[in-house]
Amino acid sequence: MEPKTLFDKIWDSHVVHSIQGGPDVLYIDRHFIHEVTSPQAFDGLRRRKIHVMRPGNTVATADHNIPTVNQHLPIKDELSRNQINRLEENCREFGIDYFGINHPKNGIVHVIGPEQGYTLPGMTIVCGDSHTATHGAFGNVSFGIGTSEVEMVLASQCIIQPKPAKMRITVNGELQKGVTAKDLILYVISKISSGGATGYFVEYAGTAIKSLSMEGRMTVCNMSIEMGARGGLIAPDMTTFEYLSEVVSPKMKADFNSFVKIWSALKSDEGAVFDKEMVFDAADIKPMITYGTNPGMGIPIDEKIPSAGSGKEATAFLKSLDYMGFSPDIKILGHPVDYVFVGSCTNGRIEDLRAFAGLVKGRKKAAGITALVVPGSKKVEQQAIREGIADVLKESGFELRQPGCSSCLAMNEDKIPAGKYAVSTSNRNFEGRQGPGARTLLASPLTAAAAAVTGVITDPRDLLNN
Amino acid sequence: MLKEKFEILETTCVPLPLENVDTDQIIPARFLSATTREGFGKNLFRDWRYDKSGKEIDSFVLNDPAYSGKILVAGKNFGSGSSREHAVWALTGYGFRAVVSSFFADIFRNNSLNAGLLPVIVPEDFLKKLFGVITEDPATIVRIDLPQQIILIPSTGDSVSFDINPYKKECFIKGLDDVDYLLKMKDRIRAYELRNTLRK
Ligand code: SF4
Repeated sequence: MEPKTLFDKIWDSHVVHSIQGGPDVLYIDRHFIHEVTSPQAFDGLRRRKIHVMRPGNTVATADHNIPTVNQHLPIKDELSRNQINRLEENCREFGIDYFGINHPKNGIVHVIGPEQGYTLPGMTIVCGDSHTATHGAFGNVSFGIGTSEVEMVLASQCIIQPKPAKMRITVNGELQKGVTAKDLILYVISKISSGGATGYFVEYAGTAIKSLSMEGRMTVCNMSIEMGARGGLIAPDMTTFEYLSEVVSPKMKADFNSFVKIWSALKSDEGAVFDKEMVFDAADIKPMITYGTNPGMGIPIDEKIPSAGSGKEATAFLKSLDYMGFSPDIKILGHPVDYVFVGSCTNGRIEDLRAFAGLVKGRKKAAGITALVVPGSKKVEQQAIREGIADVLKESGFELRQPGCSSCLAMNEDKIPAGKYAVSTSNRNFEGRQGPGARTLLASPLTAAAAAVTGVITDPRDLLNN
Repeated sequence: MLKEKFEILETTCVPLPLENVDTDQIIPARFLSATTREGFGKNLFRDWRYDKSGKEIDSFVLNDPAYSGKILVAGKNFGSGSSREHAVWALTGYGFRAVVSSFFADIFRNNSLNAGLLPVIVPEDFLKKLFGVITEDPATIVRIDLPQQIILIPSTGDSVSFDINPYKKECFIKGLDDVDYLLKMKDRIRAYELRNTLRK
């Protein structure tokens, strides 16, 4: 048999029908929904007078719109409140499990899927959110879809999709101290550019990838879309199985070894051909930070912003720097920071809060810094309280908020004011992403912590060494 | 449910020569709280179109009375970022029926094909030419012929063919809808499910 990539194995086994010369009808095992991209899809079902075909395969959470303080009170913003209520009503009407605000399983859709055992190897997973690729860390094919496709899945448990090309990104070697999974992926995106993987589905491989925890792998897969890729995945291994053994359903737990046996076959065959291959060395990676308005505009934290070059690209480059209040050829180390945001489906998991708390411990929040520390889910929040992270934060002048997407896209009140600089552990630094006029610098939780206690952009390695 | 059909579109164009225009620019997140598909057009490119006080920014192309039409001509990597179909609804709500660029982000292109906005991919040099003739004469008509898969500038005679998969082409021309297509396949989908539960 011809050797196959892991992506091919999963995709091909989910094709219900291949339309001639056109896309595939792909069966979807797991569907996540949230308040923003689903209401119009449910309206479509009502107009057609049809049911959800497999309500048990869809899980709903409220995350994008919700406040991250006083979650026991009614949501103040009328439109947000309405959108949340609509989701709740829709789930009730169509028989879908719904984890609303304050539910112990509530949280950002890409954080709760894995931690509640909904995300498994070998599946096809979709959600009306581009960071669905996060789930690929468990060795499945997961990608973001639009509302028309949400309606397709609700109606038929299938979507109509062209099959993407395949890319493998291999990172070998060992990450240096103070360099995290976030730095690894920001580095890769800075090399490939924000559109460089468009049309591809990425498999991450190599010893540096394999040595990452599940949290780290999720951070890497999460940002696949920031280089244009439809998704990213990592072959499951012992790290994956250990994580899953804690979270899967009791029924699955009882028969866990036979699942592990099936999942162990989920890997690219020796000699499988990718349409594109890229190889990087982990030793080359330093703590990274972005200076511009797309995630490809990243540099090692201790280097200078590049020169503008010439031509049309220079115009866009300078426009971007102008928005950020930066200029070419300057260092950004030492540049003052106003806000720090720790959270999102990229870096809002327990390991991220541990890293942040570990660095701020015994130090104080710098004067003038406003910090938003937002757990990715109720479970992460509770764990952070149990582990004493909340106390460490408090002692250093920080406050642990309640779970939600928060400042990642600023649909709630957690907005960064115009012109202010935010070191953010989220995934997008687009103009206005964190609020109109906000200036976002993407970085790891360690780099965010270093900025939070010094008030300026600081290499976290300098603080880790003392 | 039938949709609006699309065969031949002949119209003036609006040029937006910026690259990497992401969906947060097309429709900022703070306008995503609506629960219908309507009304997004008025907030299309909101933060480039209006200043903080809500006044039109003269230099932005949508506020330039010289330009109008049903085709948006955009720079490379249009529609990157979030999966929000609201970006497509904002463009169609404003009145666009097609977007021409040299390169689209994947999800945006899928969403456009699903929501009745034709994404037309053209080579870099044709895009350059298009920007050139439109800015020289904003009254320039451009013709998109979907059955022939050709985009043509009648005044200069320049034309180029574009790709679209045959399934989506038929959906556009006949106004067909994906959910209808899938509902007709339900037996096959059930058979697939059965095969796979048996296998496990
Ligand atoms: S945290 Fe940000 S990127 Fe993740 S799902 Fe929420 S809005 Fe999307």
